[in-house]
Amino acid sequence: MIELVSASRCIQCNLCVNVCPTNVFDAVPDAPPTIARQSDCQTCFMCELYCPVDALYVAPDTELQTSVNEAELAEAGLLGSYRKNIGWGKKQTSSAKTDQTFQVLKQMK
Amino acid sequence: MLKTLVNNFALNLQADVLVIGGGPAGTWAAWSAMSGGARVVLVDKGYCGTSGCAAASGNGVWYVPPEAEARENAMASRESLGGFLANRSWMKRVLDQTFTNVNLLADWGYPFPTDDQGKPYRRSLQGPEYMRLMRRQIQRAGVKILDHSPALELLVDEEGKVAGATGINRQTSEKWRVISGATIIATGGCAFLSKALGCNILTGDGYLMAAEAGAEMSGMEFSNAYGISPAFSSVTKTLFYNWATFTYEDGTPIPGAGSQRGRSVIAETLLQQPVYAILDQASEEMRSSMRLAQPNFFLPFDRARIDPFTQRFRITLRLEGTVRGTGGIRIIDETCAASVPGLYAAGDAATRELICGGFTGGGSHNAAWAISSGYWAGNSAAEYALNLGQQANQLRVRGVGEAALQPKAENASSPNINEFIQAVQTEVFPYNRNYFRTEKGLSDSLSRLDNLWQIIRDTQIEDSQLIRAREAAAMVATARWMYNSALERKETRGMHKHQDYPQQDANQQHYLISGGLDQVWVKTQPFSNTNKSLLTTGAAA
Repeated sequence: MIELVSASRCIQCNLCVNVCPTNVFDAVPDAPPTIARQSDCQTCFMCELYCPVDALYVAPDTELQTSVNEAELAEAGLLGSYRKNIGWGKKQTSSAKTDQTFQVLKQMK
Repeated sequence: MLKTLVNNFALNLQADVLVIGGGPAGTWAAWSAMSGGARVVLVDKGYCGTSGCAAASGNGVWYVPPEAEARENAMASRESLGGFLANRSWMKRVLDQTFTNVNLLADWGYPFPTDDQGKPYRRSLQGPEYMRLMRRQIQRAGVKILDHSPALELLVDEEGKVAGATGINRQTSEKWRVISGATIIATGGCAFLSKALGCNILTGDGYLMAAEAGAEMSGMEFSNAYGISPAFSSVTKTLFYNWATFTYEDGTPIPGAGSQRGRSVIAETLLQQPVYAILDQASEEMRSSMRLAQPNFFLPFDRARIDPFTQRFRITLRLEGTVRGTGGIRIIDETCAASVPGLYAAGDAATRELICGGFTGGGSHNAAWAISSGYWAGNSAAEYALNLGQQANQLRVRGVGEAALQPKAENASSPNINEFIQAVQTEVFPYNRNYFRTEKGLSDSLSRLDNLWQIIRDTQIEDSQLIRAREAAAMVATARWMYNSALERKETRGMHKHQDYPQQDANQQHYLISGGLDQVWVKTQPFSNTNKSLLTTGAAA
């Protein structure tokens, strides 16, 4: 579930409010969005992709809340790691280009 | 209430074609209708580009070049798995249309990879990239998109033809109305809020709206798809479990357990004890290919600090219901029309029995069906609407939504919607109820589901709860069509596993049509491997 909107990184663009398919966030004037309906988070990671400054963190656990520490997440390279993995965002090359599904399917038993 | 606010819509639009749902099927439908010269409005409950199961996933596509042998193999390979209910003429036209449209994606700039021989490889789509491209493409074409704008009910004209919808913007609470010559339901299937990847937006809303306007369902017994996921995670990507060893807690392999054909062994074991998996069958070389093929499969593992190739992890089976089932709104002809004039259905919202019978997995056939049925529905809806001419703009319309919108009798107290939803989930999640079906289990569930329907049917819901209450009503309605159809199919076929009738019965190679709200009905429709069978429409029983 979504666990973090980093106040230090957030630029208040509210893109996450727009793109979340289950409407988890609420926009707040002159402040970062709040996680208003956390239990509606379906852990699809889409908000992280659209966040231009890697201010969001979706923990992998879909049912239970996880306590997170922003400094540790940043240290472990987990803020924005999904964006990096799939090459999403400006100046990045989409990993769709290096998709190796054909190799995987060749080995199907 | 919405009903009393006919003159109080913040947004009141007229269109030739209204598309409800902004996943692959909806965006292809919108693009195709626009190309056919129609003015198009697309409404999405979430955000067109991220909502739906395709956006969140890596998607295989049933994309087969037009070579006779390859096409023959593609059609033959799943016929037995699907219980011989797929229709070859539909398979052929879906393969043709999918090939054409996926090549269009390449022209539009989708970054397809090349294979080890340097040839373009187009059988796989990365969801976020694909759906961002589709949104951009329909915007360029001039489609008006309303995000975060769930439809709540369909509108019909004086003759009962579907003529648009009303809904609400869930971020501003403003109500909208779109009057249209034709309407396309592309709202996806129903996964009962099970938190399977990208599936929580999919609560069967389109089925409910279509049924209220008089449409029929088909294949609702093929609705017990469960995807394997780590127990803690939402990521139901089953492909890679092809290289898994499934074990008990003590590490001993579970005999017969497998991702494709051994999934029922996993379900049986999960009823008694935890099940673990480890992807130890993948070679070193394969492991890096797997990461490059499906980055999001590894995301939860990386974050939970588990190496799935060397460490075992607990797994579960998450219900994907009719999303990776094959049932949905019945299609009556090659235009993807539903059985009510003015209404079309596409993608997971529509039956996919036509191309995969009683069994499908994620992506592949479903992805191809979304692309091609969306394309056809858009095209036909545009033609239908443009033929109506000015008449469409002068329609006198009324809303046909009932449950949670216009109660028959008013209950004194409103149900707690979250508890209500849990009550529905209790009937459809358990493996020993839905995965493995018995007459007793289905009948017991139905008596409780019928009662839940009465409650949601007869309750006045306050505005703040309306969207969730409509979802809840759609889930109960879906469960009732599912289980009534499952009771009627007294055999085991496709994904429908009936414990009382474990064998496939040659006399039941037919479709099951269902419908009705207060009174649910099911009837058989003969299977024939031509398109003619589709044209025999019958009145609702």
